[in-house]
Amino acid sequence: MIAGPLIRSLDRGATIFLTICAAATILIPALNLLTPESFFLHVPTYLVALFGKYVCYAILALSIDLIWGYCGILSLGHGAFFALGGYAMGMYLMRQIGTRGVYADPIRPDFMVFLNWPELPVYWYGFNYFAYAAVMILLVPGLLAFVFGWFAFRSRVTGVYLSIITQAMTFALTLAFFRNNFGFGGNNGLTDFKDILGFNVQAQATRASLFAASVIALAICFVICRAVVTSKFGKVLVAIRDAESRTRFLGYRVESYKLFVFTLSACMAGVAGALYVPQVGIINPSEFAPANSIEAVIWVAVGGRGTLTGAVLGAILVNYAKTTFTSGMLAPYWLFMLGAMFVLVTLFLPRGIIGTWRHWNAERQAKLSAAREDGAAVGEPTARPAE
Amino acid sequence: MRMIRDRLVACLLALGLMLAALPANAQSFQEGLEKFTTDSFGDTDDGITAVATSGHAQAGPVILALQEGRLAYDPASKRVFIKTASAVIDAATGQPAASVPADLKTVRLNNRVRRSIEAAIGGLNLLSPDAGKRLAAALAVFKSHEAAALPALNTAIGKEGEARIKRALEEARASVLIFKSDAPETDRLDAISTLRARGDQEALALLAGLPADAPANLKKSAQDAITSIQNNLAIWASVQNAWYGLSLGSVLLLAAIGLAITFGVMGVINMAHGEMVMIGAYVTFAVQETIRTYNPGLFDYSLLMAVPLAFLVSGAIGILIERSVIRFLYGRPLETLLATWGISLILQQAVRTMFGPTNREVGNPSWMSGAFEIGQITITYNRLWIIVFTIAVFVGLLALLRLTPIGLQMRAVTQNRSMASSMGIRTSSVDALTFGLGSGIAGIAGVALSQIDNVSPNLGQGYIIDSFLVVVFGGVGNLWGTLVGALSLGIANKFLEPFAGAVLGKIVILVMIILFIQKRPRGLFALKGRAVEA
Amino acid sequence: MESRTTTSLLYLDGVTVSFDGFRALNNLSLAIEDGEMRAIIGPNGAGKTTMMDVITGKTRPDLGDAVFAGSYDLTTLDETEIARLGIGRKFQKPTVFDMHSVEDNLLLALAEDRSARAALVWQENEHASRRIDSILDTIRLKPARSRLAGSLSHGQKQWLEIGMLLAQEPKLLLVDEPVAGMTDVETQQTAELLKEINKTKTVVVVEHDMHFVRELGVKVTCLHEGSVLAEGTIDQVSQNDRVVEVYLGR
Repeated sequence: MIAGPLIRSLDRGATIFLTICAAATILIPALNLLTPESFFLHVPTYLVALFGKYVCYAILALSIDLIWGYCGILSLGHGAFFALGGYAMGMYLMRQIGTRGVYADPIRPDFMVFLNWPELPVYWYGFNYFAYAAVMILLVPGLLAFVFGWFAFRSRVTGVYLSIITQAMTFALTLAFFRNNFGFGGNNGLTDFKDILGFNVQAQATRASLFAASVIALAICFVICRAVVTSKFGKVLVAIRDAESRTRFLGYRVESYKLFVFTLSACMAGVAGALYVPQVGIINPSEFAPANSIEAVIWVAVGGRGTLTGAVLGAILVNYAKTTFTSGMLAPYWLFMLGAMFVLVTLFLPRGIIGTWRHWNAERQAKLSAAREDGAAVGEPTARPAE
Repeated sequence: MRMIRDRLVACLLALGLMLAALPANAQSFQEGLEKFTTDSFGDTDDGITAVATSGHAQAGPVILALQEGRLAYDPASKRVFIKTASAVIDAATGQPAASVPADLKTVRLNNRVRRSIEAAIGGLNLLSPDAGKRLAAALAVFKSHEAAALPALNTAIGKEGEARIKRALEEARASVLIFKSDAPETDRLDAISTLRARGDQEALALLAGLPADAPANLKKSAQDAITSIQNNLAIWASVQNAWYGLSLGSVLLLAAIGLAITFGVMGVINMAHGEMVMIGAYVTFAVQETIRTYNPGLFDYSLLMAVPLAFLVSGAIGILIERSVIRFLYGRPLETLLATWGISLILQQAVRTMFGPTNREVGNPSWMSGAFEIGQITITYNRLWIIVFTIAVFVGLLALLRLTPIGLQMRAVTQNRSMASSMGIRTSSVDALTFGLGSGIAGIAGVALSQIDNVSPNLGQGYIIDSFLVVVFGGVGNLWGTLVGALSLGIANKFLEPFAGAVLGKIVILVMIILFIQKRPRGLFALKGRAVEA
Repeated sequence: MESRTTTSLLYLDGVTVSFDGFRALNNLSLAIEDGEMRAIIGPNGAGKTTMMDVITGKTRPDLGDAVFAGSYDLTTLDETEIARLGIGRKFQKPTVFDMHSVEDNLLLALAEDRSARAALVWQENEHASRRIDSILDTIRLKPARSRLAGSLSHGQKQWLEIGMLLAQEPKLLLVDEPVAGMTDVETQQTAELLKEINKTKTVVVVEHDMHFVRELGVKVTCLHEGSVLAEGTIDQVSQNDRVVEVYLGR
C-alpha cells in the first residue's frame, strides 16, 4: 500500500534532491563540528543557523507549492500556520526555562509574572512535555486549516476571494497575538529560550543538530508531497486546479480533496515554523504579518510552482539574496529588488526557474522525437512526467 | 458639623440680608472683614461668605488678597489690610492705609478656607459684567457645587439677562441645592428636575450623589431622573457610536471606492491600491510644504489644490502600472495579485527613499480644525468634512459612470469586451483609463486620509485588507454594495468596540466577514445569472 | 416535496429558473425514457444550457421537480452527487484537463471510487488500462495517448470529452453541442458514435446543427423561451409553424 506510491514518487530528480539532502545533513554539521576554524571548508556556526533558517523556509515553500502549484489554492495566510507551529514550539521552549527566567518562577514564563497572572492558563498546560508540543505543532495549524477550509471550500470560495480571506485570517491572528491578554507574550512574543530536549539551544552541537533535523524534515515533507502529487489524488488536484467545476461533474467531491491537501499543507507549514523558532531564538506576532505570507509565495513563484524542487530552490535563492542584500550597503534597495522580483517573475518567468528549464527540456525532446518520426508535424510537447 | 451649620446659617443670613436691601451690603462687608480678625478658620470662612456676597467694590480685592496670603489684620484695632509689593492698603476703603500698625498678622488659611475662597471667587465672577466670566463662573460652581456660592447664585440668577447663562446658573444652583439638606424640599425637587433636564453624565453623577439621608420622595424623584437620564444617555451613546461608525465607514468607503472600480468593475486585484492612497497623502504633504515655503496665506486652500493634483499623480501612476504590467496579466488574477504586490513594495520603498521613513506632518486647514456639539455628542470638523467629501466623491463617480461617454464606454467594456471592441471602442485605452480613474480616486482618498491618519510610507498597508473586505462584502461590481458594505462595517465596528475593545472588535469583524464571505461568496449585493460565470 | 413514481429515467415537471427577473426556464416539463435518445433544439436563450444546469445540479430551480430514475430528487443534490448517480455531461465548450495527458483524462473519468482516500492509495491496474485502451479505440485517439490534452485540436477535444463520458459509465449522457466546430466527416462519425452509445445508454443531445439532428433520427424537442414549443420526429417538428417562425426561419 505504502511502498507503491513511495517508489513511484522517486524519479531521477527526486533521487538527486534526496541525495543532496542526505549530503547536507551529514556534511554541514560535520564541517561545523569536526573541522577547526582555520580549515578552508569549515562552516561557521552562524552559517549553520542561517542555512537552518533557509531550510525551514524551504519547507514552508513546499507546503505552499503543494496547494498553489498543484491545486490552484493561493493561500496568503500560510505564514499564520508557520507562526502557529512556531508558537507551539516556543511554548515548549518557554516551559523549559523554568527557574532560570528573570523572575525565577518555576511554572509561569516571565511575561506572565510581569503581567501579574496568578497562574498558568489552561492552554499552556502540557507544553512542558516535548511530545505534547510536537502533537500541537501539527494539530493547531492543521485544525485551524481544517476548520477554515471546511467553511471556505464547502461554500466554494475560490481564487482571489480565498486569497483575500486567508489574508484577513492572518491579519486577525496578528492583531490577536499582539494583545497581552491573549497569553502569548504580546508584542514581545516568546524568547530567551534555554534548552530544547535538555540541550542548550545556543550550543554549537544543538544548532548543528537542529539544522540536520530541519533537512531531514524537509526530505520527509518532500517525499510526502511527491507521494501525494504522483498519486491519482495528485492528478485530481491538477484537474481541480485547471477545471474545478468539470472535476465536480465527473463526480469528485472537490472540497474533500482541497480540504485534505490544505490541512496537510498547513501541518507542514507548522513543522517548518516549529523548527525555525529554536534556530532564530524568538517568535513574535510579526511572524503573522500578511506581508510574510505573500513573500513566501514569491519564493515558490521564482523557483517554479508545480515543481517541488523549484519551491525549495526558490525559497533558498530568494532568502540567500535577501541576506546578502539586506546586510550590505545595498540594504535600501532590497525592497526594490524584491518588488521587481514579484513583477518580473509573473511577467517573464511564469513557470519559474525549474518550470522553465523543464519546459525547455520537454520541447527539445519533442522536437527530437518529431524529427525522428520523420515528416511528422512539429511536435506538441508531450505530457511531462507528472511531478 | 458645627462649622458647616454655622456657615450655612451665615449663608442664609447673607441671603436674607441681600434680599432685604442693598444698603445692608456695606454693613455685611464690614462685618465680614471683622471676622478675619479673630484668627479662627470658622470665622474666616464666614467672613469670606459675608464679603463675597456683599457686592461691595472691595470684595474682589479682599478675597484675592486672602487667597494669595496678602490679607493681614491688626488684632488690636480689628482693622484689615491688603499687603501689596509697594504699599499696605486699607481693606475697608481700598486706599493706602494712613497708618500701618506694627504687628500685622496674616490671615491664616487651611484647605477648607481655600475651597471657600475659590467658591467665593466663583461667586464674585457670577456677578461680573463680562458674560464669558459669568458663564465660566457658573460652570465652575456647577463643578464644585460649593454651598457658599448659593447666595451669589441667587443674586446672579435674578439679574441675569442672557438665557444661556441663566440656565447655567440655574444648573449650578441645582447642583448646590441637591446636597443642601436644609433647603426647602420644593427647591430641591426643582433642582432635581433642572438636572434631569440637563441630562448628561455630570448631572447623572450629581443625582447619584444625593445624600442618603434625603427624604424619600426626593430620593424617588432623583431615581426617576437618573433612569431618565440614563435612557437618554444610552440613546446619545448610540448616536455617538453611529456617528463614529459613519465616520469610520466613510473612511473605509473612501479607501475602497477606487478599489470598487479596479477590482469590482475591472476584476483587477490591485494590491498596490493602498499605495495609491499613500501617494495621494504625500501629494498633500508636498502641496502644503510648497505653500508653507512660498505663500503661507494660501494654507487654507491647500487641500483644494491637493485634490486634483493627487488625482492626477495617482491616476498617472495607475495608468503607468496598467500599461506596463497589469495589461499583460488580464485573466490571471492570482498573478496580478503577486505582481501588484511587488509594485506596492517598490512604491513604498520609493516614497521612503524620497520622503524618509518617518511620519510626515500634514496640517489641518482652519476650516477643518475644531469641533462643535450637538446634544451630548461632539462632532469634529475634519470628520464631518470627510463624510461630506466621501459623499461628493461617491456621487461624482456614479455620475461619471452613468452620465458621461467615458463612463458608458467603461461599462460597455466591462460588460462585454468583444462586443464593445467591435463597436469601435478602443478597449485597451478604456482599460487604462478605468484603472487610472480607480487609482486617481484612491489618490483623492489619500488627501482626505492625510487629515486623520499618520502620513508614512506604510499608510496604504493599513487600508488594503479593509478595502478588499469592503468590496468583497458589499458585492463585487456594485458601487452601492461598496457603500453599504463600508458603512455597515464601520458602524458594526464602532458598536462592537465598547463591548469588545478596539482590537478584539476588529478581530470579531474580520472573523464575521470571513464567515459571511463563506456563506455568501459573492457578497451582499451579488450579481446573479450567467454573467457571474463569465 | 412529494415523491412521484414515474417510469421515466429523467422527469422534469414545471421547472422554472429566473435570473434577476429573466425567466431562463419557464414551467418546463420533459420526460426522457430509459434507453431513449433525445435531441433538444431551440434558438439561443431558449434555456437549453440552463436545463442541463438544472439536471446536473449546477443551478437550483425556483420551482418544479427534477426526478432521476423515478426516485432521486435532483433539486436537492449537488453536482458531485448527481454525477455519482450516473448522469454524465459534456459541455458546450469542450472542457478537458489541458495539463493532463489524454490517458490521464480518461483515467480521471473512469468509473471508480472517487473518494479522496481511494485516490491517495490508487494503484495502476489491468482493468483500468484495458478500459482506457478500449475507449481510446472508440474515440480514435490511441496515437495521442500520452499527449497533453491541451495540445489536441478542437474536434479531438470534443471526442476526448465524449470518451470521458463513456469512461464514467453513466446511465444518462447529456451532450451539449457535440459537433460544434467539427468537419462534416467528423460530424458524421460523431453521429455514428452517439448511436452506438445509445445502444446501452440513455442520451440527451443539445444541438444546433439540423443535419446532425436529422442524422441521429430520434425524437426531437424544441425549446423556446424556457419551455417546450414542440415535440416529435424531426419532420413533425420542422414543419411546426411556431418552430419555423421562432427557430428555423422561413
